[in-house]
Amino acid sequence: MSASAVAPAVHSLWTAAAEPLTKIPAPHIEYVQLSPVLIVVGAAVLSVLVEAFVPRKRRYHSQVFLTVLALVAAFAAIVGLAAGGYGSTKAHIAAMGAVAVDGPALFLQGTILLASIVAVFTFAERRLDPVHHGHKVDSFAAEAAAVPGSEQERAAAKAGFTTTEVFPLALFAVAGMLVFPAANDLLTLFIALEVFSLPLYLLCAVARRRRLMSQEAAVKYFLLGAFSSAFLLFGIALLYGYAGSVSYATIADVVDGSVAAVDPALAQTMGNDVLLLIGFAMVLMGLLFKVGAVPFHMWTPDVYQGAPTPVTGFMAAATKVAAFGALLRLLYVVLPGLTWDWRPVMWGVAIVTMLGGAIVAITQTDIKRLLAYSSIAHAGFLLAGVIAATPTGISSVLFYLGAYSFVTIGAFAVVTLVRDAGGEATHLSKWAGLGRRSPLVAAVFAVFLLAFAGIPLTSGFSGKFAVFKAAAEGGAGALVVVGVVSSAIAAFFYIRVIVLMFFSEPKADGPTVAVPSAFTAATITAGVVVTLVLGLAPQYFLDLAGQASVFVR
Amino acid sequence: MSQVVNAGFPILTATAAVPAIGAILTAAVPAARRTAAKWLALLVSLVTLALAAIVLVGFEPGGDRYQFVESHSWIKDFGVRYELGVDGIGVALIALTALLIPFVVLAGWHDADPLETKSSRWRPTQGFFALILAVEAMVILSFEATDVFLFYILFEAMLIPMYFLIGGFGDRAHAGSDENAAAQRSYAAVKFLLYNLVGGLIMLAAVIGLYVVAGNFSLTEIAEARASGQLEMATNTERLLFLGFFFAFAVKAPLWPLHTWLPNAMGEATAPVAVLITAVVDKVGTFAMLRFCLGLFPEASKWATPVIITLALISIVYGALLAVGQRDIKRLIAYASISHFGFIIMGIFAMTSQGQSGATLYMVNHGISTAALMLVAGFLISRRGSRLIADYGGVQKVAPVLAGTFLIGGLATLSLPGLAPFVSEFLVLVGTFARYPVAGIIATTGIVLAALYTLVLYQRTMTGPVKEEVRAMPDLRVRELAVVAPLIALLIFLGVFPKPLTDIVNPAVTHTMSDVQQKDPAPEVEAAK
Repeated sequence: MSASAVAPAVHSLWTAAAEPLTKIPAPHIEYVQLSPVLIVVGAAVLSVLVEAFVPRKRRYHSQVFLTVLALVAAFAAIVGLAAGGYGSTKAHIAAMGAVAVDGPALFLQGTILLASIVAVFTFAERRLDPVHHGHKVDSFAAEAAAVPGSEQERAAAKAGFTTTEVFPLALFAVAGMLVFPAANDLLTLFIALEVFSLPLYLLCAVARRRRLMSQEAAVKYFLLGAFSSAFLLFGIALLYGYAGSVSYATIADVVDGSVAAVDPALAQTMGNDVLLLIGFAMVLMGLLFKVGAVPFHMWTPDVYQGAPTPVTGFMAAATKVAAFGALLRLLYVVLPGLTWDWRPVMWGVAIVTMLGGAIVAITQTDIKRLLAYSSIAHAGFLLAGVIAATPTGISSVLFYLGAYSFVTIGAFAVVTLVRDAGGEATHLSKWAGLGRRSPLVAAVFAVFLLAFAGIPLTSGFSGKFAVFKAAAEGGAGALVVVGVVSSAIAAFFYIRVIVLMFFSEPKADGPTVAVPSAFTAATITAGVVVTLVLGLAPQYFLDLAGQASVFVR
Repeated sequence: MSQVVNAGFPILTATAAVPAIGAILTAAVPAARRTAAKWLALLVSLVTLALAAIVLVGFEPGGDRYQFVESHSWIKDFGVRYELGVDGIGVALIALTALLIPFVVLAGWHDADPLETKSSRWRPTQGFFALILAVEAMVILSFEATDVFLFYILFEAMLIPMYFLIGGFGDRAHAGSDENAAAQRSYAAVKFLLYNLVGGLIMLAAVIGLYVVAGNFSLTEIAEARASGQLEMATNTERLLFLGFFFAFAVKAPLWPLHTWLPNAMGEATAPVAVLITAVVDKVGTFAMLRFCLGLFPEASKWATPVIITLALISIVYGALLAVGQRDIKRLIAYASISHFGFIIMGIFAMTSQGQSGATLYMVNHGISTAALMLVAGFLISRRGSRLIADYGGVQKVAPVLAGTFLIGGLATLSLPGLAPFVSEFLVLVGTFARYPVAGIIATTGIVLAALYTLVLYQRTMTGPVKEEVRAMPDLRVRELAVVAPLIALLIFLGVFPKPLTDIVNPAVTHTMSDVQQKDPAPEVEAAK
């Protein structure tokens, strides 16, 4: 059943009511194709039950086990689907037109799941903070609801409470992210957005150290996120008015002008370009907010800085993948007929994002804020690939997202290791001479920084080359030049951190590098390995991204 | 292919793989076994030298343009192949690199010994030698790459180990003000990296542009397609792409006005690292001008020639003038190098076979002569702990061997007949004069100024009354002699008998000349008859 056939019937309420109720069809759900999402949602529900019924002592272990198991199982399901040809020959629209199962969706879902697995490892890390009242503690508050500095908080810490709720929250967020790039109608898009945003707002607020900053970040993120959701929703309403449907395929048809039978109820507004352009601009705004593109980036540095570092890493990687996936699908499936209209706008956004991120990053003195601005600049590079509007554009963005998410999670994982008495030492001046104290950690971080800077033989270079090549082939040569210039600017501050780590004398009261457990070590190792493999031999993954670059309509 | 090497053996990969693997092994040597790391690095560099010698002997000057060709698929999506091949120019430069590295290692034997042995995990010595070998691997491979993308990757990647070598292992001559020294060193390293990175990124835009135009990265395929007329490039496109490439190479070479990173980098780096910068890494820039600028964009190269010759002339005179005015020995050598790079670039763009042969020989000879002069200067500086010329005087009475070798290195730098650089400088001048007489005449002032700065340097440091601080200065040790003596022998040998080198280089130059469709201008005397 195609969505376009359903839409008029749903809308024309007075005719539908006259028909017998038995004609409402039972929804047809392809459980197998949707299994990755279902596994994660199921595990999330189960994880809530664990939170409710498993004794506090055992919760941490059961939650970690359950979360990792669910994510791995979901990833296995993705691999199974891809191997079964659902990414290419059997690609189709599932769940009554709500969700697309195609190459880009599976690739992005796989990337999100892999990134989530390594990110969850950093959630589970309990060896970095000193043992507190005889309890091993992680990065999250003992009791998130307790007022910072209150008696209640001290009591919770003493009792060894931990916020194991982060695991179900993360699972719900992952579920939303899995649906987001696969959403095939605007309502599913919106619901997926909310499903992954709300847990993220909460996750931002539960840092163990510097709790006020963490809560402030969460409020900021929540308020701005709510605004952007409102914009998105309003845009959806306008687009519905324009096309008489929320289905991507139908909107695309209306844009193309290939819809013959116009619903009389909609004849007034249907095909009204004002609705289309304003509605589309608002939807785009909502997505660009999640992507962190200038001028919708204001939340990024504050939230990245305030959130618990494992959450920052998770958010920076997985959210970006999901949001870019949705953006790609929207631009390539819904609006190919509008390419000439959106391209100039996206050109502008890409240019200010690349330059803005790179230039403002130079003045930063906090490593997490620095990485936040760097992520803005990277969003700009990705937009250059999006703008290409070619199949290579899609595959290059897919590849870049995969490469970028591992570098990001790895880099934030290293940030969690460098600590002083007050928790993580994120001020840059504290990183002076780190290369002398712990050459290995500094070297690993240098690898990540070089990858961010796009130095050859790292994944950052392969990705950057791929998107720039796609952009140049798509006729956006000027964007490539801007990209290259902002890369040069960006290189300056990555190099500055390396200078600080290796060429400055360590300070007497400098931070120590905590020895992590196997969890964080695994995350960082995965980051380094992916960075180098994608830098030296990216062909297999480029092939994969290339095969996955066809959207289903 | 030659009998020396089995047809199937990837000898070119081996010349780069040996130092690359050696670098990893050296870095892995435990902290306490410093000396073992040094010997390992020396051994690896000698094995590399042996491999380079096999390439040199096996290379047939009259044979194919690119020999020992290797070609494997690498990143299919980008149209990138792992393609290697050497022409005469490449062979000469590989030989130079492989030759110099053992001396660099030997000269830097004690440069990276940790001052205090408190921290057991900090292993500067292992790092120092591993980085040198890593640079060697990348430089050699970049002389072999016939795929533009592969070359670009190496061109950029070699900056990173170079950067750590400059910033991490400064000159100990700064004794007393360690804080200040570290700041200056890190400034020099960052300046080096940023200049070259910006150059490289602009080249990246051009590399991508080339791909969009040509559809692949193979130097040979693109050149063929261009020659046969299959690949048309709009004049403006070609010029923009040429500028993108040339800018990067001009930063690396370095050409005035993009040269300012070199004096800082060479001044702050230890002498062996300074040799690595100017004698080895910078040669990639001039080499790439010959191979990529002329090979891929012949028309645009001809279009840009007047400007480039002018810039080269400015480099020659400006570098020499600033060298005269220097008070710091290492910065003096750096400015002299800028002047010499001006000669090399002028020779390349004079578009005559003499000019280009001369330029190629110049690259090799400049490498050897600067290495000799700089390493002796390094030995001198390490004895007194100062880089200032004014702190020396009368050294030849105390350390005659050191003074003598310093003199020979200096004389080679000023291109005294009988020493190797004379041949190349003469060829460059003759080649330039044939096409651009005025430029040729102005360039000769560079030679006069060279005599001034080297002889004044020698006079102020080595002659005159013996300074108090210099009185107890020991002469060259055995290790130091082992570094300097072979270099000087080579300078003399190639000065008297340059034929082996010219035989290898000349056919390659003929190819390059035919790339740009240029013939040597007929001598005017004959035309007058």
